[in-house]
Amino acid sequence: MISLFAKRVGWSLVTVLLSTILVFTAIQSLPGDAATQILGQNATPEAVATLRSQLGLDEPAISRFFSWLGGAFTGDFGTSLLDGKSVGAEVGRALLNTSLLAAVTILVGITLSVVLGLLAGLFRDKWPDATISTLALVGMSVPEFVVATVLVLLFSIYIPIFPAVVVAGQDASLAELLPSIWLPAAALVCALSAYIIRMMRTSVIDVLDSDFVLTARLKGNSTSRLVFKHILPSAMLPTLNVIAMNIAWLIGGVVVVESIFNYPGIGTLMIRSVQTRDLPTILMITVLSALTYVLCNLLADLAAHLLNPRLRFPRSAK
Amino acid sequence: MTTLTASPAPVAAAPGALRRVVRSVLRSRMATFGFALVFLHIALALLAPVLTPFNPTANDGLVPLENPGGVHLLGTDALGRDILARTLFGGQYALAISFSATAIAVVLGSTIAGIAAFKGGIVDDVISRFLDSVLAVPAILSMLVIVTVFGSGPWVIILAVVVVYTGGVTRIVRAAAMDVMPRDYITAAKARGEGMFSILVREVFPNVLDIILVEFAMRASWVVLLISSLSFLGFGANPPTPDWGLMVAENRNLMAVVPWATLSPILALATLIVGLNLAADGLAKSFGVDRMKEVLG
Repeated sequence: MISLFAKRVGWSLVTVLLSTILVFTAIQSLPGDAATQILGQNATPEAVATLRSQLGLDEPAISRFFSWLGGAFTGDFGTSLLDGKSVGAEVGRALLNTSLLAAVTILVGITLSVVLGLLAGLFRDKWPDATISTLALVGMSVPEFVVATVLVLLFSIYIPIFPAVVVAGQDASLAELLPSIWLPAAALVCALSAYIIRMMRTSVIDVLDSDFVLTARLKGNSTSRLVFKHILPSAMLPTLNVIAMNIAWLIGGVVVVESIFNYPGIGTLMIRSVQTRDLPTILMITVLSALTYVLCNLLADLAAHLLNPRLRFPRSAK
Repeated sequence: MTTLTASPAPVAAAPGALRRVVRSVLRSRMATFGFALVFLHIALALLAPVLTPFNPTANDGLVPLENPGGVHLLGTDALGRDILARTLFGGQYALAISFSATAIAVVLGSTIAGIAAFKGGIVDDVISRFLDSVLAVPAILSMLVIVTVFGSGPWVIILAVVVVYTGGVTRIVRAAAMDVMPRDYITAAKARGEGMFSILVREVFPNVLDIILVEFAMRASWVVLLISSLSFLGFGANPPTPDWGLMVAENRNLMAVVPWATLSPILALATLIVGLNLAADGLAKSFGVDRMKEVLG
């Protein structure tokens, strides 16, 4: 199993490398580049050429990719084509802000959805289940931008307790950001929770049907002991898989939500750098997102293997 | 939803399977409701020109920012455009783009999956590795890049969806096809000397059709969501296209003045996606496919 995972880790790194190549190639094929973007429509061809050679854009694409890759391995992700600042520092700061948002979202979202999923499973087909399952369905069906719009309407306009947009800039300290983090986090929690609630409910129902829960019940365990010692741990394992995948998907939601609230994180930076063709920044964001994706996948697989050794031999073994 | 393992019987291929699925869907109130919502949306979109006399993109400077009532049933936006007309025609746009994009992604993904499962070995490895790296780039980043490369417009959006979703479909269908590959009827077909495509079309796909259909319904709901998010961010439909995401973006700052300009595209989006989700649930249940497994791939 350990060698299996060593192999998976190796393949994951190949995956990350391949996805940066894909993004590099795609951006490379864009008409125009950072030089034309910075100088605008009316620039003379000479000025564009000069800036291009200053930015190193006149070198062949392949050699630029490899020099970027060499730097990336030593932790140097180059300088932004837009303002000449270090990409590592800029992305790092945005990442820190996004991590704060993500940490709040994940903490609140997972706790909330595990509790709600557990309740729905325990009260299967009764009113708590009906309410929670309907909420989960709505959460699955309403885009983040709609949730965010409604939240702003409710909590910034009708009951003005939270700011509608983040006014603090890129360099804002965590303390400055914290007051304005709640609405974006709430919008992301809605998107994150729906599938986790559903999975938790399903696995609680499965566990309730199993023999060991019946045995534990017959042995005269109290209900609370039954729920916390027997049902919750067994139902959590399959849910871990869904949690890991949803965290990987959170990146997409983060882009939308950050852009709505003007939150100075990775998502806002991603949109800006695609618009300005700032290749080094885009590449570093790609590396980070791809790493998150493969890491979450690995964790999900690990959870699945811990749960069910049969999965080591895919479905044909049945 | 309870966990149901994929049934080994070739459900969809059996004669009378369609009737069985329809009956099973009708038995579930939620699934019926879901399909009803989807069909209602399709009907409203098709009948849009009949249902409203207004042009969805015609400005009318005389009646900006009207509230419901009067000639404009749901009022008008800042440019005096009829909200009802924009919402109805927005349905045409959303359904046409998301259904065709999903269909292309599902057909393409299934074909690639079939080839990977049939050939196995190095072909399978290369395909899986390549698609995994496409999946590792966040969908929204891929879509942003594609839209910046090719400019916006319906065809570019369809292309972007196909690029982003084909990998996921392939992963799921490949797993199902791998399951079917060692069966006797495949071995028999190979022994008869049938070619790869004939085996895929006649033996493999009919036997994983249940998975493919659930995949279509579920992906369609995500695609509607993703396309509207992209439009909302300003990377999807170009104004003045009547697109729901775009409508929310245009009108959300005027929510205190003309709430229906924002609410009606939101309601349209939410009901369509709820419908697709319930339909996917209903199909999954009647085929005995575990939907959570579909989600995870």
